[in-house]
Amino acid sequence: MGRAKLPRKSTNIDMTAMCDVAFLLLSFFILATKFKPPEALKVDTPNSVFTKIAVDKNVVLITIDKDGKVFFSVSDANPNEKAEIIDAISTAKNLSLTDKEKASFSKNPTAYIGLPFRQLKQYLDLDQDEQKRVALTGIPVKDSTDNEMVDWIRAAVGAFQGTKMNILVKGDNASKYPSFQGVIIAFKKNDQMKFQMVTNPVAVPAGSELWKVNMASGTKGASS
Amino acid sequence: MAEMDTSSGGGHKKGPGVKKGKKLSTRVDLTPMVDLGFLLITFFIFTTTMSQPTAMPLYLPKDVQKPEDQNKVKESAVITLLLGKNDQVYYYEGIDPTKMMSSNFKAIRDVVLDKKRRTDPKDFVVVIKPTQDATYKNTVDILDEMKIDDIHRFAMVDITPDEYKLVQATEVANGIK
Repeated sequence: MGRAKLPRKSTNIDMTAMCDVAFLLLSFFILATKFKPPEALKVDTPNSVFTKIAVDKNVVLITIDKDGKVFFSVSDANPNEKAEIIDAISTAKNLSLTDKEKASFSKNPTAYIGLPFRQLKQYLDLDQDEQKRVALTGIPVKDSTDNEMVDWIRAAVGAFQGTKMNILVKGDNASKYPSFQGVIIAFKKNDQMKFQMVTNPVAVPAGSELWKVNMASGTKGASS
Repeated sequence: MAEMDTSSGGGHKKGPGVKKGKKLSTRVDLTPMVDLGFLLITFFIFTTTMSQPTAMPLYLPKDVQKPEDQNKVKESAVITLLLGKNDQVYYYEGIDPTKMMSSNFKAIRDVVLDKKRRTDPKDFVVVIKPTQDATYKNTVDILDEMKIDDIHRFAMVDITPDEYKLVQATEVANGIK
């Protein structure tokens, strides 16, 4: 056979195009990632099988850190309500806060309250950098006679009248029950019976009752 | 194989004074780079969707002072869970706390499910009493357990001082500090 063999074709594929597409997609996802706002308070939340996403509008956030200190803050999207709250507290507790001090709370998006009323004026008087350096003791809640959270929640209820207020509790795993109990008592005194606790999502354990319910309803009943 | 031909410059001339006799290949294989790229993409896909925190709703019952308004609980259909320190859970059935047994978070599921199976679903109630030594994580875990075991009637109430003394006595007896 003198027939010439078929000309050998190159089997090397040029991968530069694939590489370009890969990096383009990567850049898209890097830019699309929303970074979490820098958390002023480090809290390690517990896990839970609940799948309902935590709301982020009209939120009053109560944070309990690992030492049981309680902090109060309002979501950034509600500066008017924040201003009303600090006004109400100032009048109710005779703190005579100046406008500058009130603005320090209401205009600052990451502001939170972590001190008893009598130290509040002094704290709000400082600049933001100095505020960060203050060692906060938390709002007193454990003493039933001195539960300041009751006043904060009452001010929040007044400020959010007419719109639906969402109360979110973000507690650390290691905080002990008495702080949480104090916060619950404050809610009950203000007739706020519904609230949500921030958790990390985990999968439903296979074979458990909830898993069976989810399988039966085709995961339509997965969120509660 | 992915390749980038970068040897275009070094091929043709054999100028004077070329020390290297043998020409080394400068072909770069791009496959691992593409693999890494896709790995990073999948990482970012997963982290963007999972960054939203979820929330567990809790509905508190109204505090009623008058005993006749309080929900009656059938003695045979109730199990009480007490949360102690060091992630310990104590439980007793009915209304006699002296018979409390100790357990932990892993084993409590079997206990609760067993009671649930033995009880009429209309009357089954779980009462949860955290002590002051219990952590927030314990409380959320036990509420999570209620959800996992598909229990709809449960109540979180304050522990009585007598029960707390019993819990402490049990802890001492079991050697838990």
